[in-house]
Amino acid sequence: MSAIETAKITKRFNSLTAVDNVTLNVKQGEIFGLLGPNGAGKTTLISMLVTMRRPNSGSATVNGFDISKQPDDVRKSIGIVFQDPSVDDELTAYENLDLHAAMYGIPSNERKERITEVMKMVELESRLNDLLKTYSGGMRRRLEIARGLLHSPKVLFLDEPTLGLDPQTRKHIWEYVGKLRKEKGVTVLLTTHYMDEADSLCDRIAIIDHGKIIALGTAEELKNSLGGDTIVIETGCSKKLEAALKKMKWVKNSACHNGKLTLEVENGEKKIPELVSIAEKNKLEIKSVSLRKPSLDDVFLSYTGRTIREENATAKDSMRIRRKAWGRK
Amino acid sequence: MRELTAIYFMWKREMIRFFRSKSRIIGSLGMPFFMLAILGTGLNSVMHVPGMEGNYLGFITPGILSMVLLFASIFSGVIVIVDRQFGFLKETLVAPVKRTSLVIGKALGGATAAVLQGVIILGIAMLLGVSISFANILLALLVMLLISFGFVALGIAIASVMEDMHGFQLISNFVIMPMFFLSGALFPLDTAPDVIRYISYVDPLTYAVEALRFLLMGTSVTPIATSIGVLAAFSVICTVVAAYLFGRIES
Repeated sequence: MSAIETAKITKRFNSLTAVDNVTLNVKQGEIFGLLGPNGAGKTTLISMLVTMRRPNSGSATVNGFDISKQPDDVRKSIGIVFQDPSVDDELTAYENLDLHAAMYGIPSNERKERITEVMKMVELESRLNDLLKTYSGGMRRRLEIARGLLHSPKVLFLDEPTLGLDPQTRKHIWEYVGKLRKEKGVTVLLTTHYMDEADSLCDRIAIIDHGKIIALGTAEELKNSLGGDTIVIETGCSKKLEAALKKMKWVKNSACHNGKLTLEVENGEKKIPELVSIAEKNKLEIKSVSLRKPSLDDVFLSYTGRTIREENATAKDSMRIRRKAWGRK
Repeated sequence: MRELTAIYFMWKREMIRFFRSKSRIIGSLGMPFFMLAILGTGLNSVMHVPGMEGNYLGFITPGILSMVLLFASIFSGVIVIVDRQFGFLKETLVAPVKRTSLVIGKALGGATAAVLQGVIILGIAMLLGVSISFANILLALLVMLLISFGFVALGIAIASVMEDMHGFQLISNFVIMPMFFLSGALFPLDTAPDVIRYISYVDPLTYAVEALRFLLMGTSVTPIATSIGVLAAFSVICTVVAAYLFGRIES
């Protein structure tokens, strides 16, 4: 049985299709990453899987339970860490966790023990009786992860769990996630737009853009699909050079972006001399040449034609974000 | 069982928050205190309410008490919007419990907090010299809880369809204030102009004021059974509407 299975799931907000015919299969015990820019539909997809929103069409199961027909069973078997904070600031950590444990049906004699256990895991046990007002952003996040684990869910949803956190805390949080999978066999579905995080942590990654899955595989597979190394030449994007280079058989793919010409080649280090001589022949100035092994950034660029960071709010996206904040039926 | 636990914990959360926010309690009791202490005592010597034995201060005490319940309850319902903005609502919405249980727990908690504030105002009124009959005090407390429960539910219903707190001023000026002024809290309705009197019949707070005036002061125009009946019906309707609207929130 798969931990999560979706079949052509679709969510529309008026004219905007936030999630478009997505079919996915997440195996048990897997750390699965949804990677995409803001407004790509990651959060909407998750909110349908956790039964917060109803799909317009298509279906999905989580832990074998249908999200539309058995929402209660789905809810009992999952843990969620939302993108935005969802704790009560005026309660203590203990009170927040106690409320959560009670809602999820953990008997009162086990609550204390469970709470201590999860708080130890995120190293917050010394702050158990402090008001959440006094917590820093990173501590809140850790508390929310602890809360998500309190009722021993089989699947944990993490929606941008490291957004806005400092690098050290980010690293910490990923350590917990790794530990979780190792020690408890929890399946984790996470969204992020930090490429490096997805790369190092996820077993498989789906790249999602404008509501559609555009690539899926292990980080390795995705990078290999680009066909080798990436050479970036700073030339002011000369069409002439691009045309000349395109004639070379070893250039598998090329794209011009921000005054930089990006080439995909195999054994890139050996191609640089040849490349420089072609440029000289064409009397073109090269300001710099760099070579790198492909990263997920390159994968994203190659599949969408943009880098993930410049995907800053176009009108459509800011509409998505607004809807995300105040969505209702 | 799980639903009862959920109701209890939602209630408990309201209680914890209530007892932690002492400055808010003092702040919200400021206006009713001044209305009693200044308006009430100031008009005491010049106002005589026909058909009532006591003085004006005694006349408005149930009215001010109802005001406290109304304000505190609606506000504690509408504050759901803030829970929504700050995310806590989501945590409860995805819990494996019925939305109706969340509404009931919240309404019970908000109502308990409102009644506690009402009791403080009653204490202040007594200090100002109002004589209150204790014969029906238990029933009075229950009626206070019933009124508050209905108004918290109304607040939750409003919050479920409101986008953010910007609309609250509107609610305050066009729902809460007219409800208060038309309820007979400050002047007797039986001698008021017909228009005001007729409108007051559809104001649920009228029956709250009447019920409390009967139970605490011993006189009222409306029979107590009618008042309690209307208030019970109002609370049930508000709860059903709140549960329906709250159940429709998607995130």
